Amino acid sequence: METLAALGNGFAVALTPINLVWAAVGVTVGTAIGVLPGLGPALTIALLLPITFKVDATAAFILFAGIYYGAMYGGSTTSILLNTPGESATIITSLEGNKMAKRGRGAAALATAAIGSFVAGTFGTVGITFLAPVVVEFALKFGPAEYFSLMVLAFVTVSAVLGSSAIRGLITLFFGIFLGLIGIDLQSGQPRFTFGLPELLDGVNVLIVAVGLFAVGETLFLAARRKHAPEGVLPVTGSLWMSKEDWRRSVGPWFRGTAVGFPIGAMPAGGAEIPTFLSYWMEKKLSKKPEEFGKGAIEGVAGPEAANNASAAGVLVPMLTLGLPTSATAAIMLSAFQSYGINPGPLLFQTQPDLVWGLIASLYIGNVMLLVLNLPLVGLWVKILKIPEPLLYGGILIFATIGTYGISQSPIDLVILYVVGGIGYLMRRFDFPTAPVIIGMILGPLAEQNLRQALTISQGDVTTFVTRPLSATLLAISLLLVLLPVIWTLVRRRRA
Amino acid sequence: MFSLRWPQVAVASGVLLLGLVVLWQTFQIPVSPLYARIGPKVVPFAVSFGLIALGLALAVQSVTGRWTDEAELQDEPVDWPSLGWLGLGLVLNLTLIGPLGFVIASTLMFVCVARAFGSRRPLFDTGVGVIVALVAYLGFDKVLGINIGAGILEGLL
Repeated sequence: METLAALGNGFAVALTPINLVWAAVGVTVGTAIGVLPGLGPALTIALLLPITFKVDATAAFILFAGIYYGAMYGGSTTSILLNTPGESATIITSLEGNKMAKRGRGAAALATAAIGSFVAGTFGTVGITFLAPVVVEFALKFGPAEYFSLMVLAFVTVSAVLGSSAIRGLITLFFGIFLGLIGIDLQSGQPRFTFGLPELLDGVNVLIVAVGLFAVGETLFLAARRKHAPEGVLPVTGSLWMSKEDWRRSVGPWFRGTAVGFPIGAMPAGGAEIPTFLSYWMEKKLSKKPEEFGKGAIEGVAGPEAANNASAAGVLVPMLTLGLPTSATAAIMLSAFQSYGINPGPLLFQTQPDLVWGLIASLYIGNVMLLVLNLPLVGLWVKILKIPEPLLYGGILIFATIGTYGISQSPIDLVILYVVGGIGYLMRRFDFPTAPVIIGMILGPLAEQNLRQALTISQGDVTTFVTRPLSATLLAISLLLVLLPVIWTLVRRRRA
Repeated sequence: MFSLRWPQVAVASGVLLLGLVVLWQTFQIPVSPLYARIGPKVVPFAVSFGLIALGLALAVQSVTGRWTDEAELQDEPVDWPSLGWLGLGLVLNLTLIGPLGFVIASTLMFVCVARAFGSRRPLFDTGVGVIVALVAYLGFDKVLGINIGAGILEGLL
C-alpha cells in the first residue's frame, strides 16, 4: 500500500504539464536516436549532461529516462529495416525481423516489436515499482564492505562474463577505472595521473569519454570499413495491423521475454544480450514451427524484443536502489545524479521521493507515448533512417564537437575527445567491449571510496571483506564467475 | 598452432605500455604519512598490475593465435582515403575552432566528414553543414545557455 501511495505521488509529479513535455521530448528524441544507426542512448544522454546545470533534477531524469526507453523502441525499427543493429542486444531482432521485412512482412515485425516493447516496458516498470522498495530495505543493511564487494561483482560480470573475451573485457574495465582515477584524489587531496596538466586536475569528464568512444570512435570505424557498407533500407510492406495468427504467436513470447529479461536486467550483472539470446532460444524450442526460425519467425522478434526492453527496465533497479550502474547508459545517468549532488542508493527513496517516484511514474507514461509514436507514426522514423550517411555522420561529429567544446571552450578537451575516439576505433576493430570503460570510469572511484571506508572502519584489517557473510558471498560469486570458464576450458582440453 | 599476427601484438604491447605508464605514474603520487595504510596509491597499483598482467595474457594469445574474434574484421582492408578525410576534418576543426569560431570550423569538418563517407557535393554539404552547425549552436548557446565561445558568425547572431 505504501508503495502505491508513493507511486500515486509520483504520478502527481509526472503528470504536471511541464514534466509531460519533458517526457514527450525524451521519448521522441530517444526514438529518433534509437532509429539512427551509430547513435545510442548513452551518447545522447552524455551530450545532454550540461542541461543538469539548467533544469531541475526531476525534469532532467524524466527526459533521460524517456530517451533511454525511446532508444529501445527505435533500435528495433533499425534492426528490422536495415539489418545493422545499433547495439548488440538487438542483433537477434534483426536476425528474424530483417528476414520478415524481406518477405514483405516488415509492418507486422515492427508492430510486434513495438507492442512487445510496450508490454515489456510496462511490466518492467511494474517490476521496478514493487522490487525497488524491497531492494532498498535490503540495501539499508549494506556497509562500505558490502558495497565494495557488490561493485567487484558488477565489474566482473560486465567485463569478464558478458562479451566475447574476458581478457579484453577486463582490459577495457581497467582502462575505464584508470580514466576515473585521473584528477585530485578527494580523500587525500593528491593529484593522480595528471601528467602535470592543470586541465586534468578536475579529472576527465565522462561526457568527453562517452562522446569520444560512441561518436568519434564509431564514425572512424565506419569510415575505415566504408567499402563494406551494409545493404539499404527495406521498405515497410504489409499491413500494420497484425493478423489474428500474428497476435496468437506474439502474446506468449512477449510475456516470456519480459519474464526472462526483467530479472536478469535487475541483477547487479545487467546486460541485455543474455536475456535476448535466452528468449530467442526459448521461443525456438517452444515454437510449433521451428523450421521458420532463421527465415522470419514472428516469435523470434516478439520474444527477444520484449526481453531487451524488460532488461532495460530491470537495469534501473540496481541503479536507483544501490547506485550501481550495469550499462553504459545507466553509468552516465549516475554521473548526472552526481552533478546534482545526489547519490543514488537506498536513501534516495527517502530523501528524494518526488524525484524517484516521479521518474518511475514517467516511465509508465513514456511507454504509452512510445506505443503511439512507434505504431501509427512509424513512417516518420523510416524517413529518418533514410538520411544519407555523409550528412548523418557529419552531423553526429558536429554535435560531438559542440557537446565537448561547450564544457570549457578548451581545445585540450577536443584533443582528449579525438584521442579517446582513436582508442574507441581500435577497440571496435579489435573487438574490445566499450561499455566497461564507462562503467569502470564511474564506478571505479566509488568502489575505491567504499574500499577505503571499509578499511577505515575495520582499522586496516583486509579480512573485513571475507568475514562479513554478505560481502564474502558476493566476492565468492565474483571469483566463481571468473574461474568457472577457465576451469571449464581446462577440463574440456584435457578430455579432448 | 603458431600464427603470429602483428596488429594484435601491437595492441597487446599498447596495453602493456599503458600498464607500465600507470605504474610509473603511481610512484609519482605524493603521499602524506597520514594515509600510509589505505592511501591514494592502492587502487592505482591494482590497476597497473591488472593492465600489465592482462597485456601479457593478450600478448600470449596473439602470439599463439588463440585471439578469437570477429575474424572477418581483422582481415578487412582499411579504407585509408576515407580515414584521411575524416582525420583532416577533425584536425581542421581543432585548429580553427579558436580563431574562427565553432560554426565555421564545424562546417569545414562536416564537409570533410561527408567526403569521407563518399559525398561528391561539397557545395551542398557546406550548406547543410552551416545549417546543422547553426542549429546546434543556437540550441546549445541560446536555449541551453552553454557558452560556445566567440567566433565570426557567432558574433552576428
